[in-house]
Amino acid sequence: MAQSEFALEAKGIGRRFGDFWAVKDVDLQIRRGSIHAMIGPNGAGKTTCFNLLTKTLQPSTGQIILNGEDISKLRTSDVARKGMARSFQISATFTELTALENVRVALQSGHGSAWRFWSPIRSIYSLNQRAEELLEQVGLSAARDMTSAELSYGKKRALEIATTLALEPEVMLLDEPTAGMGHEDIEPITALIRKVSAGRTILIVEHNLSVVSDLSDRITVLQAGQVLMEGTYAEVSSDERVIAAYMGGVDDAA
Amino acid sequence: MRIALILIGAALALAAPFFVYPVLLMTILCFVIFAASFNLLLGYVGLLCFGQAMFLGLSAYIAGQILKTTGISIELAIMAAALVSAALGAFVGFVAVRRSGIQFAMITFAFAQFVYFLLLQSEFTGGEDGMQGIPRTHLFGIIDISDSRTFYYFVLAMTVLAIFVVYRVVHSPFGEILKAIRDNEPRVESLGFRPERFKILAMTISAGLAGFAGALKATVFGFATLTDVSWTVSGEVILMTLLGGLGTLTGPMVGAGIIILMNDELAQFGEWALIAQGIILILVILFLRRGVVGEAGALVRRMKARRAK
Repeated sequence: MAQSEFALEAKGIGRRFGDFWAVKDVDLQIRRGSIHAMIGPNGAGKTTCFNLLTKTLQPSTGQIILNGEDISKLRTSDVARKGMARSFQISATFTELTALENVRVALQSGHGSAWRFWSPIRSIYSLNQRAEELLEQVGLSAARDMTSAELSYGKKRALEIATTLALEPEVMLLDEPTAGMGHEDIEPITALIRKVSAGRTILIVEHNLSVVSDLSDRITVLQAGQVLMEGTYAEVSSDERVIAAYMGGVDDAA
Repeated sequence: MRIALILIGAALALAAPFFVYPVLLMTILCFVIFAASFNLLLGYVGLLCFGQAMFLGLSAYIAGQILKTTGISIELAIMAAALVSAALGAFVGFVAVRRSGIQFAMITFAFAQFVYFLLLQSEFTGGEDGMQGIPRTHLFGIIDISDSRTFYYFVLAMTVLAIFVVYRVVHSPFGEILKAIRDNEPRVESLGFRPERFKILAMTISAGLAGFAGALKATVFGFATLTDVSWTVSGEVILMTLLGGLGTLTGPMVGAGIIILMNDELAQFGEWALIAQGIILILVILFLRRGVVGEAGALVRRMKARRAK
């Protein structure tokens, strides 16, 4: 298959809840190998948009195209196997499993071993080495045998990224990776995202504008469920409509 | 330490029928298996099946019918009945697993009531009188196990087998996915799995084990009754599991033992058994969140941690 210029595209996607369109007529083009950010004031529809792209929600309208293939009708689990993996806004780890087991669950995806209820756990120790490599990549080697409930918030996020990486996704969607993080955790996570972006396409929803300016090649600004504009950080941050939208958002919140 | 405990347990189990009434012991063992089957769902997948008794009771009748009409050896009849329950579990699972929480519980409850009604109306079950005179045929067709004490060892061996099955499932690659589903189902789905399929298989295994317990119980008593299918038994197994310790391997066994012994002691006082159960449930929820075994484990860990300091 000829590699198209865009790893992920959305054409006119929308989602309606009752009479309310949370996302309406959104077009997105995520260039292969880039880090693309989606920003917007609270309630702009970022997370809904994100959930539509990963098929956690079914779109009411429009098409989603991953590597030239229409994935609009597929399930989340199928999308994951086609090379697009996501993280969650609220850290999503398996709390009572150890860090190693967390990553190993993802490694079992498509491994066939996942159905073996009659085999001892030893039978998948062959996956441990790969899991350890992934933990090392995110700096969690020391936490290998700790349950994820015992990890700090920042480390949980790192573990989640290691778990996502286990799928070896071509396209990674990160939903507010720094949400709720203290200052000391933000920098390592940003560095980690940059590190894992090599050879991948990343779409990131993020509130923290310094993280956005730091990481992203292109930025899409959403407002009231629609695309306000798209451009580089310099273009976006100097656009009056964007400034007004953010100011408006602040006013609404106050 | 652990090995010592297992050895003590084994010695007690082997010596028990010389000191305690074997039928009481066998009742406990049947409920040990039954509680373990329930715990497999609630403790390791996070599914509250409020109709576990349908698998127990249906299988009791099926095993009874097979033994009464065919005279095949006892272990085959038990296996066949357990398979019927497993099939019912797969079917109920197929319908119910798309729902979670209270909705899942209510769907399983509705199925259980339906099965109760069917068994009540069916000709072969004897309706409200129950099915009487289930024979204990020979083990493997040759070994006579009609004596209560001999039969106890057969039931004990079957219990060890069933608990081993639970242990194997929980500590398998499949079991790891189950625990992941319990902790965060959407995440499992986002990693490329179809959680509902794993839940259906878990329900099939759990129902098969519950059926195994029911068939065994029918051969212990020589009869099967509607009590085994009733919703109170579905409720009792929840109490056993919570009292013993949810999500621990030994917890449900201990819980089953305590509840059966208590029912036996309080049987002479009639309704008091139920009142005592209610009080225990309240106390467990208030003070023993992790159950007897869970709290004991936590205590040991705390003591170890203190010693380490």
